[in-house]
Order: sequence, then C-alpha cells, then structure tokens
Amino acid sequence: MSAIILAVVGMVVFFLGYKYYSKFVAERIYRLDPDYVTPAHKYKDGVDFVPTNKWVLWGHHFTSVAGAAPIVGPAIAIYWGWLPAFLWVVLGTVFAAGVHDFGALVLSVRNKGQSVGTLANKIIGQRAKVLFLFIILILVLMVNAVFAWVISNLFINFPSAVLSVFIQIPLAIWIGYLVYKRSGNMLFPSIAALLTMYITAIVAARVPALQIDLPRYFGGAENTVIFGLDGISMSFFVWIIVLMIYVYIASTLPVWKLLQPRDYINSHQLMVGLGILYLGLLFSNPEVTAPMMNTEATTPWFPLLFITIACGAISGFHGLVASGTSSKQLNKETDARFVGYFGAVGEGLLALIAIIAVATFFANPGAFTAAYDSFGTAGNIGLTTFIQGAGQLATGIFIPADIAATIVAVIVVSFAATTLDTSVRLMRYIISELGNEYKIKSLTKMHVATTVAVVASAALVLLPRGPQGFGSGGYLLWPLFGTSNQLLAGITLLLITLWLKRQGRNYLVTLIPMVFLMIMTLWAMGQQVFFQWSGLGDAEMNLLLFMLGSVIFVFAIWIMLEAVSALRKNNTNIPKDRDQSM
Amino acid sequence: MLDFKKVLELYDAMLRQGHRTEIARELRDEDDLFMILCYSDMLGIPNPAFYYTLELYPHMLERFHEWHLRMGMDKSPINGFRCC
Repeated sequence: MSAIILAVVGMVVFFLGYKYYSKFVAERIYRLDPDYVTPAHKYKDGVDFVPTNKWVLWGHHFTSVAGAAPIVGPAIAIYWGWLPAFLWVVLGTVFAAGVHDFGALVLSVRNKGQSVGTLANKIIGQRAKVLFLFIILILVLMVNAVFAWVISNLFINFPSAVLSVFIQIPLAIWIGYLVYKRSGNMLFPSIAALLTMYITAIVAARVPALQIDLPRYFGGAENTVIFGLDGISMSFFVWIIVLMIYVYIASTLPVWKLLQPRDYINSHQLMVGLGILYLGLLFSNPEVTAPMMNTEATTPWFPLLFITIACGAISGFHGLVASGTSSKQLNKETDARFVGYFGAVGEGLLALIAIIAVATFFANPGAFTAAYDSFGTAGNIGLTTFIQGAGQLATGIFIPADIAATIVAVIVVSFAATTLDTSVRLMRYIISELGNEYKIKSLTKMHVATTVAVVASAALVLLPRGPQGFGSGGYLLWPLFGTSNQLLAGITLLLITLWLKRQGRNYLVTLIPMVFLMIMTLWAMGQQVFFQWSGLGDAEMNLLLFMLGSVIFVFAIWIMLEAVSALRKNNTNIPKDRDQSM
Repeated sequence: MLDFKKVLELYDAMLRQGHRTEIARELRDEDDLFMILCYSDMLGIPNPAFYYTLELYPHMLERFHEWHLRMGMDKSPINGFRCC
C-alpha cells in the first residue's frame, strides 16, 4: 500500500474532526460566545494579558507542543504494526487531544485566565493542587531524564550532527545580543544561523574529522575505559554530564540571552522538518513495508499502546500551555477552537508522518520484524529508525539520504533540547514553589533549585541499565513519561467535565476520553508495575522503575477517587457562566 | 494578492510569542529597578543625582502610575507625584 494513502486518510479524518466535531463541541458543548470579554481584554497589562492574533497564538501553541515526543512515541509504538499506532494517533487527536486542548483553553478563559493547577485547587480542593504539583514534578523529571537520554543516544548514533547542534549555542547568543542590545531584527539572522547549522551538518556528514564520535574515541564497545565502563557506556556518561551542565547554564540565564533566540531558530526547523517529510513523501511515494499488525510481537499492544503514544494522541502538557499562557492572550473566545483544537491537529500531523517514516523505511516486513524484535529493542531503536526513514523520504526531493538523516538528526536533537531546557526551567520553578509551600527557604533559591533539578534528572537517566550498559537504559522510562503525561491530561479533562456539569451541559465529550484514558493508564501501569518490574513475572526485578511506577499508579487511583467524589456532589465552587459575565 | 511583508511579520510574531511574556516581565523588572534608582530620594534613600533624575519626571509619570496600580496601591505613595 502506498504511504500517501495513509497520510491522506489521516488528514481527511483530522479535517472532518476539525470541521464538524470541533464545531459541534464549540457550539453545543462549550458554547463559545464571540461577545464574551476575554481575560486578555479584561485584565490587559501588556505582559501576561495581551489580546493576540489567533494565527500567532495557534503558531505559538503548535510550536510549543510539537517537539520530539510526538516522534519518539509513534516510532516505538509501531512495534505492534502501523495500524494500532495510526488509529490511536488519528482518533486520539480528534476525540481526545483536540477536545482536551480546546477545553483547557475555554475553561481557563471562563475562569479569569487561571492555570489548570490553580483551577484544580479552586474546583476540587487543596489535595488536588498538591497532587497536581507532584504529577507535574514527576512528569518534568521524566522529561529531563528521557530527553537527556534521547539526545545522548542520537549524538552516539549520528556523530555528524553533534557539531551543528553545538554551533547553534553561540549563534543563538549572538542573535540575542543583536536583537536585544542592538535592536536588530530576529528573522533574517535566525535564517542565516539555520543555514550555517545545515551547511555544517552537510560538511560533517561527508568529512569524518568533523564528526564528534565519542564511542570511537573511547575505543568502541570492546574497550574498557575507566571504572570498568566500556566505550559506549562512557560515551553516554560524558554526553549526559555535558548536557546537564548545559541545561544548568541555559535554565539560569535570562531568557533573551539564549533560550528565546534558540527556540526561534528551532521553530524554523519544525517547518523545515515537516516540509522535508511531507514533500519527500509526496514525491517518493513509498510503499508501507511494516506489517499492519505485528503478529510476532511478544508484548501485547493492549493497553501499553495508550501510554507509549502520549504526545500525538493526547498529552497533559498541552493543557499547561493552553491554560498557562494562551488563555491569557485569546482575543475572542471563538478563537479557542482554532488555537486549541487545530493546535492539537498540528501535533497529530507530526505524529502521523513519524509513523509513515518508520513504516516505509524497511525493505520488507521481514526486515521490520527482525529489527523490531522486542518492545525493549523498539524503545532503543525507534528514534534512530525514524531518522533513517526520514532520510529515505527526503531522497524524494533529491537530498542524499545520509545528508538528510544528519539534518533530521539535528532537527530532532534541537526539539529534544528545547523540551529539556523548558522542562528543567519548569522543574526549578516547581521545586521553588514546593520550597515555599513547605517553608524550606533554601529550595526557593535559583541555584539550589536548579542543582536539585539537574542532579535528580542526571541520577534518573544514569541509573537504569540498558543493553548497552551504563546510561543506555533511559528509554525504559518512556512508559512512565507517557503515563504521567496522561494523568495530567486526565486531571484537566476531569476539571472540564466538572465545569460542564455545573453549567448543566452534556459532559460526555470530555468524560468518555477521561475515563478511557484513566482506565488504560491504570491498566498499563498496573501490568508494568506488578508483572514487569516487581520481579513477580518472567522479567527481573527493577527496583527503580517499580518504585516510580508504584507512585504513579497510586496517583492514578487517587485521581479516579477524586473524580468519582467530585462528580457525585454538586460542585458549587465553580461559578455558573451567568455569574461570570456579571 | 498575498502581502509577503505581512506574512513575514505574522510568522515572526508566531515565533516570538513563546517567550514574549517572560521577556516582557524581565524588562518590566529592570524598569522597576530603574524607577527606584531615579526616585530613591523621594523614598528616603539619598541620591546625589536626584536633581538630574527629576528631569525625567514628566516622561516617567504614566509608567509610575501603572507601577503603583500594579503594586496594589490605588493612589500614588509619593506625595510629590501627582499622577492620580
């Protein structure tokens, strides 16, 4: 089957979802009012509350939520064949992610632009706020560990991409200086920076001397370097330490110096990446070679699929973006449909092309099943396969596969680095907030909070042992990342459901995805915790994953109990819409 | 016809939006510090350059008004300032 058919079917479902389902939800369920005075107008202050063009907000929402996560999840989940991943991404985006992102935006707009955390406190109570804070803490900790591993893994597998990624740092600092100290324009210098990065990548792909290949320097897997570590383990160790030092500096510097110019360049890369992939698909018209269902899979797809793909199907992180910043800047309430729902569709498109890039990479189904021989291997090779598959798609627009693979590796590392920076910064804020809450003054200090965040993340990524040894087991944390992300989405959907119930409207559109998500998450986590990591099943005991998984499992049950209790009583903490407009 | 300049402006605004609030807040904090440096004498902190900073008074009036409202003070906390 041609992969273009898969892309077209996915796009048609997204289009119908946006055109009809989101319209139905906007008019009949959320009942958007074009005359409602949004917080952006009501509390306009030029900083947080600023009425903003809906296209700008959509662009911001899309570039914030579309990163490396919607690529990694589908690239792993294709282990069960392309059909389960495809269906979950397409239907999840239409019925869960779209409604969730859109709903978080509307809920926040109708509640003075408050964030989901504040609303959890207001609607359910103090307990929910603490639960929310801990889930976010676990989520960002997972993000830090997983993405530090992802970047190190890519540096090891694609040494030609390393130089380009590191060149981006001085280029971004130069752009920051140019724009904020010399009042320059950001668009053209950033395009020049991007071209410099890609030229470096192209040259490095062909000149081995420019490839920073740590495993080769350390003598490969057979050579023991120090402390009994072989070349690969040592490479992971060095890259993770380098990354942690980098994120420490990046997250404590003023935003204009590095983060904003770097994210600006990376947003161009999102467009370049999507352009290369979709145009490559159109011109190369590849066949889907991965099986529809992998009958040789030893790990069943149900229910693990639903926590393997979080971003790309539904993700709680979007609720943080929607209620944290976008809701304070919404010009008209009716814009929420375009910004929230269509933002989720944008991420769905990225996940869809990730599935296609992997599904078309192999020569035949046999090669696929030989490479994806277990769920563990899928975690390990998923992203690398995506990059090679993307390189193969790019040959359709006459870019040689090795150069395209290096450029796509640069793009994916840049996405992952953006996520890592943001996440460490967020973790620093949460640790400071917990320090305030529990009166631990030292934790409120910037450098102490950042040190705690960085050391905890480094420990978490270095502890799990993978097949390649020290530091290579970071992918084992992926299901935990997916689960904590889904739990966050569950809380947001619960809040929207309670708000709808209070307004006397049909709340099934949010209740059904919420119940589905929570049951699948509980089921999958329970299975992993009790039969995989506890040592009771066939697998060996993994204490770290068992403990982390148990904590998340308890949180999931806690949310379910809060949900049942909140749905049973008539929640008067939520004002009715009539009271709001008065 | 599609206005290319407008499209570029829109694209630039989309990409800047991500950190716009944080940068605006950092700038506002720096402006607040500048305001304290300018009018420290009125708050009882001796400032040898006060005579010169007072020249900025008409330019700062509007921003000062915004500042005291933001700080939760309905009326100007400094007698000499007649912003409201």
